[in-house]
Amino acid sequence: MKQLALVIDLNVCVGCHACVTSCKEWNTSGTAGFMSDYNPYDKDPTGTFFNRVQTFEVGEYPNTQTVHFPKSCLHCEEPPCVPVCPTGASYKREEDGIVLVDYDKCIGCKYCSWACPYGAREIDENQKVMKKCTLCVDRIYDETLPEAERKPACVLACPTSARLFGDVNDPESIVSEQIRDNGGYQLMPEWGTKPANHYLPRRKTNITIHHDELTRVDNPLNKERQLPGPGEDEQTLDDIMSW
Amino acid sequence: MHPAFSVIFLTTLIGVGQGLFLALYTGQLYSVIKVLPVQDSPGFYGYGSLLALVFLVTGLIASFFHLGHPERAWRSAAKWKTSWLSREVIVLPSFMGMTFIYAMIHINGWNPVLFSLSEDFIVDLSLLVGAINTVLAFSLFICTAMIYACIKFLQEWATPLTVVNYTLLGMASGFALSTAFAAYVNSDLINFYGGWAIVLTVTAFITRCASLIRNNNIKYKSNLSSAIGIRHTKIQQKAQGSMGGSFNTREYFHGAKPAFFKSIKWIFLVLVFAVPVALLSGGLANNMFILFALAFVVQYVGLIAERWFFFAQANHPQNLYYQTI
Repeated sequence: MKQLALVIDLNVCVGCHACVTSCKEWNTSGTAGFMSDYNPYDKDPTGTFFNRVQTFEVGEYPNTQTVHFPKSCLHCEEPPCVPVCPTGASYKREEDGIVLVDYDKCIGCKYCSWACPYGAREIDENQKVMKKCTLCVDRIYDETLPEAERKPACVLACPTSARLFGDVNDPESIVSEQIRDNGGYQLMPEWGTKPANHYLPRRKTNITIHHDELTRVDNPLNKERQLPGPGEDEQTLDDIMSW
Repeated sequence: MHPAFSVIFLTTLIGVGQGLFLALYTGQLYSVIKVLPVQDSPGFYGYGSLLALVFLVTGLIASFFHLGHPERAWRSAAKWKTSWLSREVIVLPSFMGMTFIYAMIHINGWNPVLFSLSEDFIVDLSLLVGAINTVLAFSLFICTAMIYACIKFLQEWATPLTVVNYTLLGMASGFALSTAFAAYVNSDLINFYGGWAIVLTVTAFITRCASLIRNNNIKYKSNLSSAIGIRHTKIQQKAQGSMGGSFNTREYFHGAKPAFFKSIKWIFLVLVFAVPVALLSGGLANNMFILFALAFVVQYVGLIAERWFFFAQANHPQNLYYQTI
Protein backbone atom coordinates (compact mmCIF):
# COMPACT_ATOMS: atom_id res chain seq x y z
CA MET A 1 0.00 0.00 0.00
CA LYS A 2 1.24 3.42 -0.93
CA GLN A 3 2.37 5.62 1.95
CA LEU A 4 3.58 9.05 0.98
CA ALA A 5 5.90 10.67 3.48
CA LEU A 6 8.77 13.03 4.04
CA VAL A 7 12.29 12.07 4.97
CA ILE A 8 14.12 14.82 6.75
CA ASP A 9 17.89 14.74 6.81
CA LEU A 10 19.10 16.28 10.06
CA ASN A 11 22.64 15.99 8.75
CA VAL A 12 22.12 18.71 6.19
CA CYS A 13 19.28 20.81 7.64
CA VAL A 14 20.76 24.23 8.35
CA GLY A 15 17.69 25.62 10.14
CA CYS A 16 16.92 28.35 7.61
CA HIS A 17 13.10 28.05 8.05
CA ALA A 18 12.55 28.20 4.29
CA CYS A 19 10.29 25.13 4.60
CA VAL A 20 8.26 26.95 7.27
CA THR A 21 7.65 30.05 5.20
CA SER A 22 7.04 28.22 1.92
CA CYS A 23 4.56 25.89 3.69
CA LYS A 24 2.71 28.83 5.18
CA GLU A 25 2.72 30.69 1.88
CA TRP A 26 1.37 27.77 -0.14
CA ASN A 27 -1.22 26.60 2.34
CA THR A 28 -2.51 29.99 3.41
CA SER A 29 -3.26 30.73 -0.26
CA GLY A 30 -5.15 27.48 -0.77
CA THR A 31 -8.82 26.95 -1.47
CA ALA A 32 -9.34 25.42 2.00
CA GLY A 33 -9.02 28.84 3.59
CA PHE A 34 -6.19 30.88 5.00
CA MET A 35 -4.14 29.99 8.04
CA SER A 36 -5.00 32.72 10.48
CA ASP A 37 -2.43 34.87 12.27
CA TYR A 38 -2.87 36.99 15.36
CA ASN A 39 -0.63 39.97 16.18
CA PRO A 40 1.64 39.10 13.24
CA TYR A 41 3.56 42.39 13.52
CA ASP A 42 3.03 42.97 17.26
CA LYS A 43 4.16 41.66 20.58
CA ASP A 44 3.51 37.90 20.95
CA PRO A 45 2.76 37.05 17.34
CA THR A 46 0.98 33.72 16.93
CA GLY A 47 -0.81 31.80 14.24
CA THR A 48 -1.48 28.53 12.50
CA PHE A 49 1.49 26.67 11.09
CA PHE A 50 1.78 23.18 9.63
CA ASN A 51 5.54 23.02 9.94
CA ARG A 52 8.09 24.46 12.33
CA VAL A 53 11.85 24.22 12.69
CA GLN A 54 13.08 23.74 16.22
CA THR A 55 16.64 23.84 17.46
CA PHE A 56 18.28 21.58 19.99
CA GLU A 57 21.76 21.53 21.44
CA VAL A 58 23.13 18.05 21.99
CA GLY A 59 26.06 17.49 24.33
CA GLU A 60 28.06 19.78 26.57
CA TYR A 61 30.50 22.48 25.57
CA PRO A 62 32.89 22.05 23.83
CA ASN A 63 31.48 18.80 22.44
CA THR A 64 28.16 20.14 21.22
CA GLN A 65 26.10 19.69 18.11
CA THR A 66 23.38 22.12 17.11
CA VAL A 67 20.54 20.12 15.62
CA HIS A 68 17.85 21.87 13.61
CA PHE A 69 14.73 19.81 13.76
CA PRO A 70 11.80 20.46 11.38
CA LYS A 71 8.55 19.11 12.82
CA SER A 72 5.22 18.59 11.07
CA CYS A 73 2.54 15.90 10.93
CA LEU A 74 4.25 12.53 10.54
CA HIS A 75 1.33 10.86 8.70
CA CYS A 76 1.50 7.83 11.00
CA GLU A 77 0.61 4.42 9.64
CA GLU A 78 -1.29 3.86 12.91
CA PRO A 79 -2.51 7.42 13.49
CA PRO A 80 -3.87 7.75 17.05
CA CYS A 81 -5.66 10.97 16.06
CA VAL A 82 -7.99 9.19 13.59
CA PRO A 83 -9.97 6.65 15.70
CA VAL A 84 -10.66 9.19 18.47
CA CYS A 85 -12.34 11.67 16.13
CA PRO A 86 -16.09 11.50 16.87
CA THR A 87 -17.23 12.80 13.47
CA GLY A 88 -14.85 11.06 11.09
CA ALA A 89 -13.44 14.45 10.04
CA SER A 90 -9.98 13.14 10.80
CA TYR A 91 -9.14 10.36 8.37
CA LYS A 92 -6.32 8.52 6.68
CA ARG A 93 -6.53 8.18 2.91
CA GLU A 94 -6.50 4.61 1.66
CA GLU A 95 -4.85 5.49 -1.65
CA ASP A 96 -1.73 7.26 -0.40
CA GLY A 97 -1.73 7.14 3.42
CA ILE A 98 -2.03 10.91 3.90
CA VAL A 99 -3.79 11.83 7.16
CA LEU A 100 -6.22 14.66 6.49
CA VAL A 101 -8.93 16.70 8.22
CA ASP A 102 -12.26 17.35 6.54
CA TYR A 103 -12.78 21.00 7.49
CA ASP A 104 -16.50 20.73 6.75
CA LYS A 105 -17.03 17.91 9.23
CA CYS A 106 -14.65 19.00 12.01
CA ILE A 107 -16.47 20.29 15.10
CA GLY A 108 -13.31 21.73 16.67
CA CYS A 109 -13.38 19.60 19.82
CA LYS A 110 -9.57 19.34 19.85
CA TYR A 111 -9.71 15.70 20.97
CA CYS A 112 -7.46 14.64 18.07
CA SER A 113 -4.80 17.11 19.19
CA TRP A 114 -4.82 15.49 22.64
CA ALA A 115 -4.44 12.11 20.99
CA CYS A 116 -1.35 13.11 18.96
CA PRO A 117 1.85 12.56 20.96
CA TYR A 118 3.80 14.84 18.60
CA GLY A 119 1.66 17.96 18.92
CA ALA A 120 1.22 18.05 15.15
CA ARG A 121 -2.35 19.35 15.12
CA GLU A 122 -3.66 22.73 16.05
CA ILE A 123 -6.92 24.61 15.95
CA ASP A 124 -7.23 27.49 13.53
CA GLU A 125 -8.56 30.27 15.73
CA ASN A 126 -10.39 31.84 12.82
CA GLN A 127 -11.95 28.83 11.13
CA LYS A 128 -12.32 26.90 14.43
CA VAL A 129 -11.30 23.60 12.87
CA MET A 130 -8.25 21.43 13.38
CA LYS A 131 -5.48 21.87 10.85
CA LYS A 132 -2.28 20.06 10.10
CA CYS A 133 0.18 19.25 7.33
CA THR A 134 -1.60 17.87 4.25
CA LEU A 135 1.63 16.88 2.46
CA CYS A 136 0.42 19.56 0.00
CA VAL A 137 -2.24 17.18 -1.25
CA ASP A 138 -3.51 20.04 -3.43
CA ARG A 139 -0.26 20.28 -5.38
CA ILE A 140 1.31 16.80 -5.53
CA TYR A 141 -1.46 15.57 -7.84
CA ASP A 142 -1.90 18.82 -9.77
CA GLU A 143 -1.32 17.96 -13.40
CA THR A 144 -1.20 21.60 -14.44
CA LEU A 145 2.14 21.82 -12.68
CA PRO A 146 5.35 20.53 -14.30
CA GLU A 147 6.06 17.05 -12.95
CA ALA A 148 9.16 18.18 -11.06
CA GLU A 149 7.02 20.62 -9.07
CA ARG A 150 4.44 18.06 -7.95
CA LYS A 151 6.02 17.91 -4.52
CA PRO A 152 5.16 19.52 -1.18
CA ALA A 153 6.09 23.20 -1.00
CA CYS A 154 8.57 22.60 1.83
CA VAL A 155 10.49 20.03 -0.22
CA LEU A 156 10.81 22.40 -3.15
CA ALA A 157 11.92 25.24 -0.91
CA CYS A 158 14.67 23.42 0.96
CA PRO A 159 18.01 24.84 -0.23
CA THR A 160 20.06 21.91 1.07
CA SER A 161 17.72 19.11 -0.08
CA ALA A 162 17.24 18.10 3.53
CA ARG A 163 13.64 17.19 2.75
CA LEU A 164 12.82 14.26 0.51
CA PHE A 165 9.37 13.19 -0.58
CA GLY A 166 8.12 9.84 -1.78
CA ASP A 167 6.45 6.53 -1.06
CA VAL A 168 8.09 4.87 1.95
CA ASN A 169 6.45 1.55 1.10
CA ASP A 170 8.07 1.41 -2.33
CA PRO A 171 11.54 -0.09 -1.79
CA GLU A 172 12.85 1.56 -4.95
CA SER A 173 11.85 5.12 -3.99
CA ILE A 174 14.41 7.74 -3.02
CA VAL A 175 12.96 7.96 0.49
CA SER A 176 13.13 4.20 1.10
CA GLU A 177 16.68 4.14 -0.22
CA GLN A 178 17.72 6.97 2.10
CA ILE A 179 16.01 5.37 5.12
CA ARG A 180 17.77 2.11 4.36
CA ASP A 181 21.20 3.46 3.59
CA ASN A 182 21.46 6.26 6.09
CA GLY A 183 19.77 4.91 9.19
CA GLY A 184 16.37 6.60 8.90
CA TYR A 185 14.38 6.47 12.14
CA GLN A 186 10.93 7.32 13.51
CA LEU A 187 10.02 9.67 16.38
CA MET A 188 8.75 8.24 19.68
CA PRO A 189 8.60 4.63 18.50
CA GLU A 190 7.44 3.67 22.01
CA TRP A 191 3.80 4.51 21.23
CA GLY A 192 3.42 2.24 18.22
CA THR A 193 2.15 5.03 15.98
CA LYS A 194 4.50 4.00 13.15
CA PRO A 195 5.15 7.47 11.75
CA ALA A 196 5.55 7.45 7.99
CA ASN A 197 7.89 10.44 8.08
CA HIS A 198 11.43 9.43 8.90
CA TYR A 199 14.45 11.39 10.03
CA LEU A 200 18.02 10.77 8.96
CA PRO A 201 20.51 11.15 11.80
CA ARG A 202 23.60 13.30 12.03
CA ARG A 203 26.47 11.34 10.56
CA LYS A 204 30.21 11.80 10.18
CA THR A 205 32.13 10.34 7.26
CA ASN A 206 34.97 8.35 8.80
CA ILE A 207 37.48 5.95 7.27
CA THR A 208 39.64 3.69 9.34
CA ILE A 209 43.37 3.71 8.49
CA HIS A 210 45.65 1.26 10.20
CA HIS A 211 49.26 2.16 10.95
CA ASP A 212 50.74 -0.27 8.43
CA GLU A 213 48.66 1.38 5.71
CA LEU A 214 50.60 4.62 6.20
CA THR A 215 53.79 3.10 4.82
CA ARG A 216 53.80 1.61 1.35
CA VAL A 217 54.72 -2.04 1.64
CA ASP A 218 55.59 -2.52 -2.03
CA ASN A 219 57.55 0.71 -2.35
CA PRO A 220 60.12 0.12 -5.12
CA LEU A 221 62.52 2.46 -3.36
CA ASN A 222 62.88 -0.22 -0.71
CA LYS A 223 64.71 -2.27 -3.31
CA GLU A 224 66.89 0.65 -4.28
CA ARG A 225 67.77 1.32 -0.65
CA GLN A 226 69.65 -1.92 -0.55
CA LEU A 227 72.28 -0.47 -2.88
CA PRO A 228 75.31 0.92 -1.09
CA GLY A 229 74.55 4.49 -0.19
CA PRO A 230 75.35 7.11 2.38
CA GLY A 231 74.17 6.40 5.92
CA GLU A 232 71.56 8.47 7.73
CA ASP A 233 74.00 11.06 9.10
CA GLU A 234 76.44 11.06 6.20
CA GLN A 235 76.57 13.71 3.55
CA THR A 236 74.86 12.91 0.27
CA LEU A 237 76.03 14.01 -3.15
CA ASP A 238 73.36 16.74 -3.10
CA ASP A 239 74.71 18.25 0.13
CA ILE A 240 78.21 18.45 -1.36
CA MET A 241 77.19 19.85 -4.69
CA SER A 242 74.74 22.50 -3.56
CA TRP A 243 77.11 25.22 -2.53
CA MET B 1 -2.91 19.77 29.83
CA HIS B 2 -4.67 23.08 30.00
CA PRO B 3 -7.89 22.53 31.98
CA ALA B 4 -10.93 23.68 30.00
CA PHE B 5 -13.78 24.80 32.22
CA SER B 6 -16.36 23.64 29.68
CA VAL B 7 -15.15 20.06 30.13
CA ILE B 8 -14.73 20.46 33.89
CA PHE B 9 -18.37 21.54 34.22
CA LEU B 10 -19.58 18.87 31.79
CA THR B 11 -17.94 15.97 33.61
CA THR B 12 -18.81 17.13 37.13
CA LEU B 13 -22.41 18.18 36.38
CA ILE B 14 -23.39 15.03 34.51
CA GLY B 15 -21.69 13.03 37.29
CA VAL B 16 -24.07 14.64 39.80
CA GLY B 17 -27.04 13.93 37.51
CA GLN B 18 -26.07 10.28 37.04
CA GLY B 19 -25.41 9.83 40.77
CA LEU B 20 -28.74 11.43 41.72
CA PHE B 21 -30.67 9.22 39.31
CA LEU B 22 -28.90 6.11 40.60
CA ALA B 23 -29.76 7.15 44.17
CA LEU B 24 -33.44 7.65 43.32
CA TYR B 25 -33.70 4.39 41.43
CA THR B 26 -31.92 2.49 44.21
CA GLY B 27 -34.53 3.92 46.58
CA GLN B 28 -37.36 2.77 44.32
CA LEU B 29 -35.89 -0.69 43.75
CA TYR B 30 -35.31 -1.22 47.47
CA SER B 31 -38.86 -0.16 48.21
CA VAL B 32 -40.16 -2.79 45.76
CA ILE B 33 -38.29 -5.53 47.56
CA LYS B 34 -39.47 -3.93 50.82
CA VAL B 35 -36.07 -2.99 52.19
CA LEU B 36 -37.01 0.68 52.23
CA PRO B 37 -40.34 2.43 52.65
CA VAL B 38 -42.17 3.47 49.46
CA GLN B 39 -41.91 7.17 48.56
CA ASP B 40 -44.42 9.51 47.04
CA SER B 41 -44.10 8.66 43.33
CA PRO B 42 -44.45 12.08 41.63
CA GLY B 43 -43.04 14.18 44.44
CA PHE B 44 -39.97 12.10 45.12
CA TYR B 45 -38.92 9.96 42.15
CA GLY B 46 -40.54 12.25 39.59
CA TYR B 47 -39.26 15.65 40.70
CA GLY B 48 -36.00 14.11 41.87
CA SER B 49 -35.34 12.84 38.33
CA LEU B 50 -36.21 16.26 36.93
CA LEU B 51 -33.60 17.72 39.28
CA ALA B 52 -31.09 15.19 37.90
CA LEU B 53 -32.12 16.26 34.41
CA VAL B 54 -31.38 19.90 35.25
CA PHE B 55 -27.78 18.92 36.07
CA LEU B 56 -27.48 16.82 32.90
CA VAL B 57 -28.81 19.60 30.68
CA THR B 58 -26.53 22.19 32.29
CA GLY B 59 -23.58 19.86 31.75
CA LEU B 60 -24.52 19.35 28.12
CA ILE B 61 -24.81 23.11 27.58
CA ALA B 62 -21.37 23.59 29.18
CA SER B 63 -19.88 21.05 26.78
CA PHE B 64 -20.95 23.09 23.76
CA PHE B 65 -18.60 25.87 24.84
CA HIS B 66 -15.74 23.46 24.20
CA LEU B 67 -16.55 23.14 20.51
CA GLY B 68 -15.30 25.31 17.68
CA HIS B 69 -18.42 24.46 15.69
CA PRO B 70 -21.26 23.63 18.11
CA GLU B 71 -23.77 23.69 15.24
CA ARG B 72 -22.09 20.57 13.85
CA ALA B 73 -22.24 18.69 17.16
CA TRP B 74 -24.78 16.22 15.74
CA ARG B 75 -22.03 14.86 13.49
CA SER B 76 -20.13 13.58 16.50
CA ALA B 77 -22.37 10.51 16.87
CA ALA B 78 -20.88 9.08 13.67
CA LYS B 79 -17.77 7.21 14.80
CA TRP B 80 -19.10 5.29 17.79
CA LYS B 81 -17.21 2.20 16.65
CA THR B 82 -13.83 3.72 17.43
CA SER B 83 -14.29 6.89 19.48
CA TRP B 84 -15.25 7.02 23.15
CA LEU B 85 -16.21 10.66 22.66
CA SER B 86 -18.69 9.58 20.01
CA ARG B 87 -20.07 6.91 22.34
CA GLU B 88 -20.51 9.53 25.07
CA VAL B 89 -22.34 11.73 22.60
CA ILE B 90 -24.81 8.89 22.01
CA VAL B 91 -25.17 7.68 25.60
CA LEU B 92 -25.58 11.12 27.23
CA PRO B 93 -28.74 12.16 25.31
CA SER B 94 -30.11 8.61 25.66
CA PHE B 95 -29.60 8.80 29.40
CA MET B 96 -31.19 12.25 29.50
CA GLY B 97 -34.16 11.05 27.47
CA MET B 98 -34.70 8.00 29.65
CA THR B 99 -34.38 10.11 32.81
CA PHE B 100 -37.07 12.40 31.42
CA ILE B 101 -39.31 9.41 30.59
CA TYR B 102 -38.70 7.99 34.09
CA ALA B 103 -39.68 11.35 35.59
CA MET B 104 -42.80 11.62 33.40
CA ILE B 105 -43.93 8.10 34.29
CA HIS B 106 -43.81 9.00 37.98
CA ILE B 107 -45.25 12.50 37.71
CA ASN B 108 -48.15 11.51 35.44
CA GLY B 109 -48.70 8.08 36.95
CA TRP B 110 -48.25 6.26 33.61
CA ASN B 111 -47.13 3.23 35.48
CA PRO B 112 -48.85 0.02 34.38
CA VAL B 113 -47.76 -3.25 36.00
CA LEU B 114 -45.86 -5.21 33.38
CA PHE B 115 -45.29 -8.54 35.10
CA SER B 116 -44.44 -9.92 38.51
CA LEU B 117 -41.46 -12.04 39.36
CA SER B 118 -43.02 -13.21 42.62
CA GLU B 119 -45.94 -12.18 44.78
CA ASP B 120 -43.96 -9.31 46.29
CA PHE B 121 -41.74 -8.39 43.36
CA ILE B 122 -44.04 -6.55 40.98
CA VAL B 123 -42.35 -4.97 37.98
CA ASP B 124 -44.08 -1.86 36.72
CA LEU B 125 -43.04 0.33 33.77
CA SER B 126 -41.00 2.76 35.89
CA LEU B 127 -38.94 -0.09 37.31
CA LEU B 128 -38.11 -1.39 33.85
CA VAL B 129 -37.29 2.07 32.47
CA GLY B 130 -35.18 2.74 35.55
CA ALA B 131 -33.27 -0.52 35.11
CA ILE B 132 -32.41 0.35 31.50
CA ASN B 133 -31.45 3.85 32.59
CA THR B 134 -29.19 2.44 35.29
CA VAL B 135 -27.25 0.60 32.61
CA LEU B 136 -27.07 3.85 30.65
CA ALA B 137 -25.85 5.75 33.74
CA PHE B 138 -22.96 3.36 34.27
CA SER B 139 -22.21 3.27 30.52
CA LEU B 140 -22.02 7.05 30.59
CA PHE B 141 -19.51 6.97 33.46
CA ILE B 142 -17.40 4.52 31.44
CA CYS B 143 -17.65 6.53 28.20
CA THR B 144 -16.78 9.82 29.89
CA ALA B 145 -13.79 8.39 31.73
CA MET B 146 -12.56 6.31 28.79
CA ILE B 147 -12.29 9.47 26.67
CA TYR B 148 -9.33 10.27 28.91
CA ALA B 149 -8.20 6.79 29.91
CA CYS B 150 -7.88 5.55 26.32
CA ILE B 151 -5.08 7.97 25.38
CA LYS B 152 -2.20 5.72 26.29
CA PHE B 153 0.55 8.29 26.17
CA LEU B 154 -1.22 10.56 28.64
CA GLN B 155 0.09 8.24 31.31
CA GLU B 156 -1.62 10.00 34.24
CA TRP B 157 -5.00 9.19 32.65
CA ALA B 158 -4.31 5.81 31.07
CA THR B 159 -5.37 3.70 34.03
CA PRO B 160 -8.56 1.89 35.10
CA LEU B 161 -8.48 4.15 38.16
CA THR B 162 -9.70 6.98 35.93
CA VAL B 163 -12.93 5.07 35.25
CA VAL B 164 -13.27 4.07 38.91
CA ASN B 165 -12.77 7.66 40.09
CA TYR B 166 -15.18 9.22 37.61
CA THR B 167 -17.82 6.68 38.64
CA LEU B 168 -17.31 6.92 42.39
CA LEU B 169 -16.95 10.71 42.48
CA GLY B 170 -20.07 11.15 40.35
CA MET B 171 -22.03 8.77 42.54
CA ALA B 172 -20.74 10.34 45.77
CA SER B 173 -21.85 13.82 44.68
CA GLY B 174 -25.18 12.46 43.40
CA PHE B 175 -25.89 10.66 46.66
CA ALA B 176 -24.94 13.78 48.64
CA LEU B 177 -27.48 15.72 46.56
CA SER B 178 -30.08 12.99 47.05
CA THR B 179 -29.59 13.26 50.83
CA ALA B 180 -30.23 17.00 50.67
CA PHE B 181 -33.22 16.37 48.40
CA ALA B 182 -34.63 13.73 50.76
CA ALA B 183 -34.22 16.15 53.67
CA TYR B 184 -35.89 18.93 51.69
CA VAL B 185 -39.01 16.87 50.91
CA ASN B 186 -38.99 15.37 54.42
CA SER B 187 -38.50 11.84 53.17
CA ASP B 188 -37.50 9.03 55.51
CA LEU B 189 -34.63 8.00 53.24
CA ILE B 190 -32.24 10.62 54.68
CA ASN B 191 -30.27 8.07 56.66
CA PHE B 192 -30.09 5.63 53.74
CA TYR B 193 -28.84 8.24 51.28
CA GLY B 194 -26.64 10.03 53.80
CA GLY B 195 -25.02 6.77 54.84
CA TRP B 196 -24.32 5.78 51.27
CA ALA B 197 -23.04 9.27 50.42
CA ILE B 198 -20.48 8.87 53.20
CA VAL B 199 -19.54 5.34 52.11
CA LEU B 200 -19.12 6.43 48.47
CA THR B 201 -17.13 9.52 49.43
CA VAL B 202 -14.76 7.48 51.60
CA THR B 203 -14.35 4.84 48.85
CA ALA B 204 -13.72 7.55 46.29
CA PHE B 205 -11.14 9.04 48.66
CA ILE B 206 -9.27 5.74 48.68
CA THR B 207 -9.32 5.29 44.89
CA ARG B 208 -8.51 8.95 44.16
CA CYS B 209 -5.55 8.76 46.57
CA ALA B 210 -4.48 5.56 44.82
CA SER B 211 -4.39 7.42 41.51
CA LEU B 212 -2.52 10.35 43.10
CA ILE B 213 0.11 7.96 44.47
CA ARG B 214 0.32 6.16 41.13
CA ASN B 215 0.76 9.42 39.26
CA ASN B 216 3.43 10.56 41.70
CA ASN B 217 5.56 7.57 40.76
CA ILE B 218 5.00 7.58 37.01
CA LYS B 219 7.98 6.75 34.84
CA TYR B 220 7.51 8.56 31.54
CA LYS B 221 8.11 6.43 28.48
CA SER B 222 9.02 9.35 26.23
CA ASN B 223 11.93 11.67 26.73
CA LEU B 224 13.73 14.28 24.66
CA SER B 225 15.98 11.57 23.29
CA SER B 226 13.12 9.50 21.86
CA ALA B 227 11.27 12.67 20.83
CA ILE B 228 13.97 13.82 18.42
CA GLY B 229 15.67 10.45 18.02
CA ILE B 230 19.14 11.43 19.15
CA ARG B 231 20.73 9.24 21.76
CA HIS B 232 22.37 11.53 24.26
CA THR B 233 21.86 12.21 27.94
CA LYS B 234 22.33 15.97 27.55
CA ILE B 235 19.91 17.54 25.09
CA GLN B 236 18.68 21.08 25.51
CA GLN B 237 16.11 22.88 23.46
CA LYS B 238 17.27 26.24 22.15
CA ALA B 239 14.31 27.28 20.01
CA GLN B 240 10.77 25.95 19.46
CA GLY B 241 10.24 27.69 16.15
CA SER B 242 7.96 30.48 17.30
CA MET B 243 8.47 33.27 19.80
CA GLY B 244 4.95 34.37 20.65
CA GLY B 245 3.60 30.98 21.69
CA SER B 246 1.40 28.66 19.69
CA PHE B 247 -1.46 26.22 20.09
CA ASN B 248 1.17 23.81 21.39
CA THR B 249 2.11 26.10 24.26
CA ARG B 250 -1.48 27.12 25.05
CA GLU B 251 -3.34 23.80 24.94
CA TYR B 252 -0.96 21.42 26.67
CA PHE B 253 0.45 23.45 29.58
CA HIS B 254 -1.71 24.40 32.56
CA GLY B 255 0.31 27.59 33.05
CA ALA B 256 -0.39 27.79 36.78
CA LYS B 257 2.34 28.57 39.29
CA PRO B 258 3.76 25.43 40.98
CA ALA B 259 2.54 26.58 44.40
CA PHE B 260 -0.99 27.08 43.07
CA PHE B 261 -0.92 23.72 41.30
CA LYS B 262 0.15 21.93 44.48
CA SER B 263 -2.34 23.77 46.67
CA ILE B 264 -5.25 22.71 44.41
CA LYS B 265 -4.51 19.09 45.27
CA TRP B 266 -4.88 19.73 49.01
CA ILE B 267 -7.88 21.98 48.44
CA PHE B 268 -9.77 19.30 46.56
CA LEU B 269 -8.83 16.59 49.04
CA VAL B 270 -10.35 18.70 51.82
CA LEU B 271 -13.39 19.97 49.90
CA VAL B 272 -14.38 16.74 48.13
CA PHE B 273 -13.76 14.31 50.96
CA ALA B 274 -13.06 15.69 54.46
CA VAL B 275 -15.60 18.53 54.72
CA PRO B 276 -18.57 16.71 53.08
CA VAL B 277 -18.10 13.63 55.28
CA ALA B 278 -18.05 15.86 58.37
CA LEU B 279 -21.09 17.84 57.19
CA LEU B 280 -23.04 14.70 56.23
CA SER B 281 -22.29 13.10 59.58
CA GLY B 282 -23.34 16.30 61.34
CA GLY B 283 -26.48 16.44 59.24
CA LEU B 284 -27.37 12.81 60.00
CA ALA B 285 -26.87 13.41 63.72
CA ASN B 286 -29.03 16.55 63.79
CA ASN B 287 -31.26 15.91 60.76
CA MET B 288 -30.57 19.36 59.34
CA PHE B 289 -31.31 20.09 55.67
CA ILE B 290 -28.88 23.00 55.58
CA LEU B 291 -25.93 20.75 56.50
CA PHE B 292 -26.78 18.27 53.71
CA ALA B 293 -27.16 21.08 51.19
CA LEU B 294 -23.87 22.57 52.32
CA ALA B 295 -22.20 19.14 52.06
CA PHE B 296 -23.30 18.85 48.44
CA VAL B 297 -22.30 22.42 47.52
CA VAL B 298 -18.87 22.10 49.15
CA GLN B 299 -18.29 18.74 47.50
CA TYR B 300 -19.29 20.10 44.10
CA VAL B 301 -16.93 23.07 44.42
CA GLY B 302 -14.26 20.58 45.45
CA LEU B 303 -15.01 18.45 42.39
CA ILE B 304 -14.37 21.44 40.14
CA ALA B 305 -10.93 21.71 41.77
CA GLU B 306 -10.48 17.93 41.49
CA ARG B 307 -11.24 17.96 37.76
CA TRP B 308 -8.99 20.98 37.24
CA PHE B 309 -6.18 19.07 38.90
CA PHE B 310 -6.97 15.94 36.88
CA PHE B 311 -6.43 17.85 33.63
CA ALA B 312 -3.53 19.98 34.81
CA GLN B 313 -1.62 16.98 36.14
CA ALA B 314 -1.58 15.17 32.80
CA ASN B 315 1.76 15.65 31.13
CA HIS B 316 1.47 15.45 27.35
CA PRO B 317 4.55 14.06 25.56
CA GLN B 318 4.35 16.87 22.98
CA ASN B 319 5.51 19.19 25.77
CA LEU B 320 9.00 17.74 25.23
CA TYR B 321 9.15 19.77 22.02
CA TYR B 322 8.13 22.99 23.77
CA GLN B 323 10.55 23.37 26.66
CA THR B 324 11.87 26.82 25.80
CA ILE B 325 11.10 29.69 23.46
